[in-house]
Amino acid sequence: MSAPLTSLDRPNSYIGRSVPRPNAKRLLAGRGRYVSDLKLPRMLYAAFLRSPHAHAKIVAINSERVRAVEGVHLVATGADLAKICTPWTGTLDHFKGMTSAPQWPLPLDRVVWAGQAVVAVVAESRAIAEDALELIEVDYADLPAVVDIDSARQAGAALVNPDSANNTCFRSQLDSGAVDEAFAHAAHVVEEEFCFGRHTAVTLEPRAIVADYDPSAGMLTVHHGTQTPYQFQDLYSRHYNIPEARVRVITTDIGGSFGMKLHVYHEDMAVVGLSILLGRPVKYVADRMESFVSDIHARDHRVRARMALDAKGGILAMDVEDLTAIGAFSTYPRTSVVEGNQVIRLIGAPYRFKNYRATLEVIFQNKVQTSQYRAVGHPIACAVTERLVDMAAAKLGLDPFAIRAQNVIADDAYPQTSPTGYRFEALSHQACLKRLHEMMDYPTLRAEQADLRKRGIHRGIGIATFVEITNPSPAFYGVGGARISSQDGAILSLTPSGEVRCMISVTEQGQGTEAIISQIVADQLGIAQEHVKVVTGDTEVTPHGGATWACRGAGIGGETALQATRALKRNILEIAALILQEQPAALDIVDGEVVDAATRKPRLPIAEIARIAYFRSDTLPPGTQAQLTVSHHFAPQGYPFAFTNGIQGCALEVDVETGLIKLLKHFIVEDCGRVINPMLVDEQLRGGIVQGLGAALFEECRYSETGQLVNGSLADYLVPMSVEMPDIVIAHVETPTADTVLGAKGVGEAGTAAASACVLNAVNDALAPFGATINSIPITPAKVLKALKRF
Amino acid sequence: MVTNLASRLMSRWISEETAVKARAFSYFRAATIDQALDAHARAGDDARFIAGGQSLVPALSLRLQAPRLLIDITHIDELRGVRREGSHLRIGALTRHCEMLSEPLIAEFAPLLHAAAPFVAHPAIRNRGTFGGSVALADPASEFPAMTLALDAEIEIAAPSGRRRIKADDFFIDLFETALQPGELITAIHVPLFKADQRFAFDELARRRGDYALVGCGMVATFTGERIDDIRISFFSVGNTPTRVKGAEATLIGSSLDPERIAAAQGALEGDLAPLDSDEVPPAMRLHLARVLLGRLLGRLGEGA
Repeated sequence: MSAPLTSLDRPNSYIGRSVPRPNAKRLLAGRGRYVSDLKLPRMLYAAFLRSPHAHAKIVAINSERVRAVEGVHLVATGADLAKICTPWTGTLDHFKGMTSAPQWPLPLDRVVWAGQAVVAVVAESRAIAEDALELIEVDYADLPAVVDIDSARQAGAALVNPDSANNTCFRSQLDSGAVDEAFAHAAHVVEEEFCFGRHTAVTLEPRAIVADYDPSAGMLTVHHGTQTPYQFQDLYSRHYNIPEARVRVITTDIGGSFGMKLHVYHEDMAVVGLSILLGRPVKYVADRMESFVSDIHARDHRVRARMALDAKGGILAMDVEDLTAIGAFSTYPRTSVVEGNQVIRLIGAPYRFKNYRATLEVIFQNKVQTSQYRAVGHPIACAVTERLVDMAAAKLGLDPFAIRAQNVIADDAYPQTSPTGYRFEALSHQACLKRLHEMMDYPTLRAEQADLRKRGIHRGIGIATFVEITNPSPAFYGVGGARISSQDGAILSLTPSGEVRCMISVTEQGQGTEAIISQIVADQLGIAQEHVKVVTGDTEVTPHGGATWACRGAGIGGETALQATRALKRNILEIAALILQEQPAALDIVDGEVVDAATRKPRLPIAEIARIAYFRSDTLPPGTQAQLTVSHHFAPQGYPFAFTNGIQGCALEVDVETGLIKLLKHFIVEDCGRVINPMLVDEQLRGGIVQGLGAALFEECRYSETGQLVNGSLADYLVPMSVEMPDIVIAHVETPTADTVLGAKGVGEAGTAAASACVLNAVNDALAPFGATINSIPITPAKVLKALKRF
Repeated sequence: MVTNLASRLMSRWISEETAVKARAFSYFRAATIDQALDAHARAGDDARFIAGGQSLVPALSLRLQAPRLLIDITHIDELRGVRREGSHLRIGALTRHCEMLSEPLIAEFAPLLHAAAPFVAHPAIRNRGTFGGSVALADPASEFPAMTLALDAEIEIAAPSGRRRIKADDFFIDLFETALQPGELITAIHVPLFKADQRFAFDELARRRGDYALVGCGMVATFTGERIDDIRISFFSVGNTPTRVKGAEATLIGSSLDPERIAAAQGALEGDLAPLDSDEVPPAMRLHLARVLLGRLLGRLGEGA
């Protein structure tokens, strides 16, 4: 099924075509410019001494021996940096009642997780800085560590923040009413408690920052591997009291982020301060071990949920309690409660039912912070919902496809409002279900499964529908007081040679933002894509905007580029009309030529218009001022979010003797509205699915009882590797949003949203003949063997 | 030259100021065994031999080890090469894991090593890591140290006092502790030639290909017809050292591999193994997995593996 034909579908359109990323060749050739590679004149290197304790008072820091080390320029503690940096608090106003303690670049008197940076050393090399760290003595007095979520909630529990009454960060409740009645009268109720382990992003390039303060100009330049340079420009300006226009944040190539590099990290904030104190560039690149203990983690939820159904399998109501632990602070500036908030709002989203109740409780503990990571909340909401749907299907003797077909909101029933208050413009669950069923060759898979079971081979088939939040409006952060933009801006110039330079606020993090923006500009103006140069990621060059997060680059950034290009085209045609003595409406641009709109007959190359405008303005009629640079800002209006949907399926095999799981094949049918570049959309889906499969089977940050991360290396923390990954089959349904001309929605998180739910359902399907069930992610061999009572 | 990779790796770590993590150390490239031993003796205990560096370099960069001197042994010809010596195959200590796959003499006369090699980490590591280095480190989760037990290999050692050979059975003492004394160097591993009346089997259970195994096992058996005359079974990832399971071996010698025999051997593992507790794999699970793996491998052996 495709979107209706519009002007975007005309011949030679770049929209909808698999155009290679212009930057791919450069990166492959080793010409990437990563902050990790950056060397500036007079640059120094920072290293951090980290806390070995999950919770302790800092009694004394003795760095006397360091000052004698040749090559060391500065040793700084929390107190030193607190003199120049104001503290921050990770709360937002629209999360009523949430609390979090103030944070400084380095702690003043107490460490609150094992691995927290305590003292900074700046030296002429990272090696010297690390040598110096070994000479610093910190005297700690142990405090009781809050590790386990249950003990954190007990009355009289040790406190992560001694100034608080308890370890609660935030509570929230949703209730659409009459839930108890619905359960009381339900023919069937299914119920389960789910656990979702902590995991982390593990980007190829770790966090990297070079801060360069020039005291002579009062100018701070920060080369920062982040998705959101404007957010950091604002934060560095406000917390270090430097006028915004004198803070420049440059984001060049970035080796992955997945949400992890959106957040304020203590070391990054410290590096800015260290550069200010020294008046020299200071570099810090987290090593892998540091990344494990200081990058944000994600998930860590325990969800108890039940679903009420009528006798025929119609879903009537859901009742959910989500308990999540987020570490010692709520992350700044986006907080650590967004994930929980999205869990309770996305549960049940694909389905037609009225009565919903959910509570969310967010708890502090002495671990590194959790916060937004790819598919925030979605995998949890999806797994909880979809497992309950499968449990209900089993109870009623329904096929998983049949129960979903019966309960999803019909494709022709939109707009709809979910019981949790989300407004859906148009989704396509029925079309996606139908397509997946065909694509999987579902009856054959089931027959094969039954056949193999007789021979002791236990295959499982799982499916999971999902809804994804994309194109967020200010409802996401802005309304809560965060200075995080939901609009984007673009500046487009026609160069004197008739090419186009597009400076746009959305950023590139390897997903192809620059490619799709150049496709949209080329398409809308009528020039070849190679004549469009897209510039991103420099607050001194590109206009202020939201940049790239929460699946907004294509939907919001793309529309910005589209509108800006249309404005530039109008201006070009205005000049062309003057030169050709025509009406602008009678002209168009095709392939870099101004043509007669009706006959497509070429009249004048746009390069000629540029030449005349820039160099022979004397030949234009008096009073003509050619405007060949335009700027345009676009903020989403209409629906607060553009929801997308899809369904995934997987087939796997469980070795019931060893508990090992082999993924055989994965399927996804996804609807992200207008597909701008199918190849890049498919890359996003595959990458997202692989991260979801990692969460399903491998990835978990495991802690000891004393709050030590016990698997903080890539030998022990298992990321998904290519050998274990299945082939992924992809199909699309296109339901464009009517809120924009472009009609594009986000796609970056769809793969991650449902992959783990799919695997959970498939493993339970495989184990069904044994009466064994799994309710915890990641699904490890130990959990499978335990469920099978093999040891 | 691939043999230079270790030293190239070291020079990269030394020159690239942003990547240095190891504490400063001196570097000496030995041309002969005597030079290497001599350099070590002069540095006291504060020296390490380095060949492939696949375990040592991470340990240095994590500052788990910080020797004053690294002695590069990769240019010592005497440590190189695989050749037949009578009833044994002499496998030079510098033989890299990838050569276990490519060297025809190993495929023919030590097929167990050939079969185990693809399970050793990943190609990049196999291209650098050496057999001698792996045995010297004696990681209880590594494939090759355990296979020296199954093969009844002898470890050839050069010491300042002279050369000696020690049975693999006597070599592994405790966690990362072997009969190798500080300042001594493994020069070669001698493996009895695989014979026509022998069969072998190898496999491991791991969550991802190339990871340290949850449990792994290799075995070599000598048959008369279908009767086992002798069998050596060695496990890895089951305790502090690579572990021969003599109880299980005893249940099999003199018998053919029928299901009851296999079950008896599996049962004997409880006495042979005392797996350590780990946060992810409880001892009872490790023992269960060892039984499953033993059953599968003996099944293959019975089919003529």
